[in-house]
Amino acid sequence: MDLFLELFTDYTLRTVALGTAVLGIVSGALGTYAVLRRQSLLGDAMSHAALPGVVLAFIITGSREPLVLLIGAGIAGIIGTLFMLLITRYTRIREDSALGIILSVFFGFGLILLQVVERLGLPNRAGLNVFLFGQAATLLFRDVVLMAIISLLVISIVILFWKEFKLLSFDSDFGASIGFNMVWLDILLISLLVVAIVIGLQAVGVVLMSAMIVAPAAAARQWTDSLSIMMILSAIFGAISGISGAIISSTGAGLSTGPVVVLVISTIVLFSVLFATKRGVVWSWYSRLRRQRMLILESVLNNMLKLAEQHDDPTHPHALVVLEAMNHGQGGVKNTLSELIKRGWVVQIDPTHFSLTAAGIEEAETFLLQNN
Amino acid sequence: MSASTEILLIAIVTAVACAIPGVFLVLRQMAMMSDAISHTVLLGIVLGFFAFQSLDSPWLIPAAAIMGVITVFLVEMFVNTRLVKEDAAIGIVFPALFSIAVILISRYASGVHLDSDAVLLGQLEFAFFDRSQLFGLDIAHALKVMGIILILNVILLLLFYKELKISTFDAGLAAALGFSPVLIHYGLMMMVSITAVGAFDAVGSILVVALMIAPAATGWLFTDRLDRMLIYAVVAAVLSAVGGFAMAIWFDTNMGGSMATMCGVVFIIALLTAPDRGLIAVALRRMRQRWEFSQTMLAIHLLNHEGTDAEEDECRVDHLWEHLRWQPDFAEQVIRYAEGHGVVRRQRGILNLTDEGRAIAEKAMVR
Repeated sequence: MDLFLELFTDYTLRTVALGTAVLGIVSGALGTYAVLRRQSLLGDAMSHAALPGVVLAFIITGSREPLVLLIGAGIAGIIGTLFMLLITRYTRIREDSALGIILSVFFGFGLILLQVVERLGLPNRAGLNVFLFGQAATLLFRDVVLMAIISLLVISIVILFWKEFKLLSFDSDFGASIGFNMVWLDILLISLLVVAIVIGLQAVGVVLMSAMIVAPAAAARQWTDSLSIMMILSAIFGAISGISGAIISSTGAGLSTGPVVVLVISTIVLFSVLFATKRGVVWSWYSRLRRQRMLILESVLNNMLKLAEQHDDPTHPHALVVLEAMNHGQGGVKNTLSELIKRGWVVQIDPTHFSLTAAGIEEAETFLLQNN
Repeated sequence: MSASTEILLIAIVTAVACAIPGVFLVLRQMAMMSDAISHTVLLGIVLGFFAFQSLDSPWLIPAAAIMGVITVFLVEMFVNTRLVKEDAAIGIVFPALFSIAVILISRYASGVHLDSDAVLLGQLEFAFFDRSQLFGLDIAHALKVMGIILILNVILLLLFYKELKISTFDAGLAAALGFSPVLIHYGLMMMVSITAVGAFDAVGSILVVALMIAPAATGWLFTDRLDRMLIYAVVAAVLSAVGGFAMAIWFDTNMGGSMATMCGVVFIIALLTAPDRGLIAVALRRMRQRWEFSQTMLAIHLLNHEGTDAEEDECRVDHLWEHLRWQPDFAEQVIRYAEGHGVVRRQRGILNLTDEGRAIAEKAMVR
């Protein structure tokens, strides 16, 4: 409880939690498209590709203003994206290799530029660490305000181009055939993704930013088939992991915010994959089990009806061995019979003989009708 | 051996050792797996450090390599639920494992020399100071490690060349012939992991990706044959290593960074200039095809009207563009192109086909 109180009273914690929440919302929302379009690793590549942009912006302007660095990072990310599109469109090299090359080469070039900064006598080692791992604790309230404004802008564009982006994600060829310029929409959407990545760099850093793009959306995907609901859920998951990550990391020394946020969102993914309704692993395992039991139930009931038809008395008792033989020796007949007894469709005459009740006959006949 | 020769040698050996498994990653569309593995081996090293209480233990490399294979296994487990696509699975698994590693380091191992950024960036410059013994020779530790890994990679490549080739290009056939694609897959992943662990001491984990992917992709731009692709990839790797070394000396910069940059430069040069598949070759081919197609159109048009009453009007040089619905300038260029190739001849403002031009038009129309 004290922790939640601190959320409202402690300036640093409040700022960090707000920042990571904003980041979670915008990366969750944009990540939805990345995951649906199978471009999850684009986020990873573009966050690395941003390094030379950040450093160049710093070298050129000499300013450490977040906005300046963000613009530099954004430009580098977009150049990286265009480069990737060029490689995949005109050569046989595929997207995964193109991403790998851009990620590592841009990053390597960024490292060289960092050394130039060092040569100029400016402190940078700390700066690099912030870029790599993020340092949410250094967030100022005005940084958060800037993040929020940019996020708002990004999200308004998403809403404005809602149906175009939907078309791009699900049926790009159809979109092109009815006259939308899909290439430009593609570039616009990726640019928005780059912006979302760049505003997260200061908080969680390069390596973990990719998880913030992919994980909330992958978790949200498990709960719904609707794009709008998926996006809202994804943003909520992002925000939850941001806030709880900030709170948890404030409790222990040596727990930096970025990794904790990533572990929280990874847990949400794991939970969603296991327990999501309809799609989740546990859910589908359980429903398969139920279907299986229902099938045996029907077939045993059916067999008993068939046997009963051989006799004048429909409630004539039948031997267990006969029923088991009729079920092709698949087993589970005994359990099924006790289930049928529980439902009042079958009564046990003696240890090895069972007969249908009136309700059971009716039930078996409706099953038969449904199946024919 | 002088320090700089030895560093250059480490750079070359590392680059070549990375390029060999890289070729198969590129061909199997698993390039980003190298990124994932090169990050998660950090967790393997941390856990290995806790187990053996030393950063010099030779067991750290196997521990880290096993973590790389575990990463692949976890990704595949996610994919097999069919709930998450492969790209998303990679993007979830490796940051999670990496996060655990970062937290473990900062909580329990902050006193030791196990900086996560040293792991990410590598320090080839200082490799010279870490000495080791091999057959009585005093060589840099990194050279010994990478040399062993390179030899291992080459031996495995030669031993399993056929299996790797067949399972890369036709996994179904490989399975039908009795090679287990799964076994080969995990064997390859083990190779990638071991190479990544060894290499990131020298160049850091992010730049391992550059050394694995860029030379292999460069090689693929030049050939369709696996054996040649391997050779070209190795050549590209050596060029990148030497170029990176030279660049680092000239500009006095980070060795890993300049090697990665040179990988990119070599790749871009290949991308532009590779015969047949480079961007320039593709652009030239498209341009030539455009001219040739237009020339054929022109020849067909002329053949159609050859010897008819309308010839005077249809084949007039100044009116041609109207009939073919071309821009006037473009029509003029096509005519000049066709004249240059001996397809048409101008006579008093009328365009006539040569015998060669007639053959072109007839051949195009019969098809």
